[in-house]
Amino acid sequence: MVDAQLNPARAAVASPREADFPRDSLVVRFGSDKPLKLDAGVELSPFQIAYKTYGSLNAERSNAVMICHALTGDQHVASTHPVTGKPGWWETMVGPGRPIDTERYFVICPNVMGACMGTSGPSSINPVTGEPWSLDFPVITIRDMVRAQAMLLDALGIETLFAVAGGSMGGMQVLQWAASYPQRVFAALPLGCATRHSAQNIAFHEVGRQAVMADPEWRQGRYLLEGTNPRRGLAVARMGAHITYLSDAALHRKFGRRLQDRSNPTFSFDADFEVESYLRHQGSSFVERFDANSYLYLTRAMDYFDLAADYGGVLANAFRGSQTRFCVVSFTSDWLFPTSDSRAIVHALNAGGARVSFAEITTDKGHDAFLLDEPELFAIVRGFLDSAAKARGLTANG
Amino acid sequence: MLTRLQRDLVEADAARPPGSSRVDLLVVAQMIDAGAKVLDVGCGDGELLRLLAETRGVDGRGIELSREGVNESVAKGLAVVQGDADTDLAEYPDDAFDYVILSQTLQATRHPRRVLEHMLRIGRRAVVSFPNFGHWRIRLQLLFGGHMPQTDNLPYSWYDTPNIHFCTIKDFRQLCEQSGAEMERAVALNAWGKRLRLNAPWWFWNLFGEQAVFLLSRKG
Repeated sequence: MVDAQLNPARAAVASPREADFPRDSLVVRFGSDKPLKLDAGVELSPFQIAYKTYGSLNAERSNAVMICHALTGDQHVASTHPVTGKPGWWETMVGPGRPIDTERYFVICPNVMGACMGTSGPSSINPVTGEPWSLDFPVITIRDMVRAQAMLLDALGIETLFAVAGGSMGGMQVLQWAASYPQRVFAALPLGCATRHSAQNIAFHEVGRQAVMADPEWRQGRYLLEGTNPRRGLAVARMGAHITYLSDAALHRKFGRRLQDRSNPTFSFDADFEVESYLRHQGSSFVERFDANSYLYLTRAMDYFDLAADYGGVLANAFRGSQTRFCVVSFTSDWLFPTSDSRAIVHALNAGGARVSFAEITTDKGHDAFLLDEPELFAIVRGFLDSAAKARGLTANG
Repeated sequence: MLTRLQRDLVEADAARPPGSSRVDLLVVAQMIDAGAKVLDVGCGDGELLRLLAETRGVDGRGIELSREGVNESVAKGLAVVQGDADTDLAEYPDDAFDYVILSQTLQATRHPRRVLEHMLRIGRRAVVSFPNFGHWRIRLQLLFGGHMPQTDNLPYSWYDTPNIHFCTIKDFRQLCEQSGAEMERAVALNAWGKRLRLNAPWWFWNLFGEQAVFLLSRKG
């Protein structure tokens, strides 16, 4: 106890944390014989992946569905979150009888590389130093995340995925899966995403990172060692980002100019407006479950994503001859990953001769629509998976 | 195989008013080889694609302009994308399909000739069905009524119609010649969905055919 007070780093290490010992999760550890080759040109070893599974793998091992989570998501896709106690982030989509039916499919959801819920990331303990990696953790790309997920599949003894699904950063991973491992992906559902991060999106991410780094408690990324926590910076980053996940119409519908628990403005800088109060809540609750450095690493991974660049600048080459079935979905009010981004994916898939479905869903809920109750999205995902399952020879019960 | 398709269509047809435009589906379907790779341009709610997949085992894809049509098609498990025949055909590579179908859509495109040329570039064969504006009823409406024709199949007023490029069978044959399209087969249907006599002369088809279906290939 005394020791912990004197040395906060030891305190951070001494108490089991989600980053190293994730609750309610399975963990695969890769030793020095199986390093992760990173795009940054270094090898990461040892490392670990935390993941959740739902449903059961059939005898043919042909009904596995991988869910790729978004920037601030995690492996708890369809069950209670161990930190927040809230329902899984995609319970409307994944579960028994849901469009991604866990009575039929074996769902695997790994926490991505660089995150903070049990897969190796900047808040994990660096086995060499015994201290959290912090900024010594190598920079991760979307391709690195997918490479690690492929190693997880190998470890689970699953050769091919029936489907890979995800939205936003998860959708980027889906596209990378289809490009990197076309033989291992029977069906792909990239939702509300793009094959590259736009300048505007990089700009928003940079604002978020600067907010984190401007917090004096960030301590050049060494806050875990120094016993501080850049809560304010991370909360501001989340507040800014959260606006980009919604839409003008959705904000107006939800909050308008209504005042929060008061009838008149206070002529101060309190959270007079409901929308301010909502954003503050979003920020403060986010920091309870998310690591500031992970936020830097994962936003960076998205910024670096440019699938075409890996294929001589020609996006169609990423998918040429692909036998994977694609279902691309965009949302009318998503201004972070607008429909034009999804259309570019569809163009490339068509040019590459791939089998693609593409639907744009009318909604005012913005980018976050893929996470929300959108019956049309559910019908599309269900129909697409049903027909793919038929083509794959999966019976109704998996 | 075909009998089931026929039965499906007869049943579907029974539910429609007489002279419904979708009688041409059967004729179109009969022109498609089993197991072929097919692109249906303007596929609506995907009904033709579904029939072709179920009864002819085709590998079908679709393009549809309306969001409702696309979402309905995708929910049926069809590979349909939201897009515009006028702009999006250019993205498809040469010889990507065995057949490209344009069913009752030609007259609604902005550049019918360009669309037809793209179809023949993308597919080895093209199947085009369209309402014949040379049909006698339409001629009579214009001649004696003095107004833009409106029929059961073409119910729109001139000011709100999506159909901006009507043509007659004669016009279409001319376009085929100009675009380097070889006519492999042609079928004309009368107002009751019955085929016109095969050996009838073209002027007869042009007068009594309410709809026409052409199977085309690239010349040379």
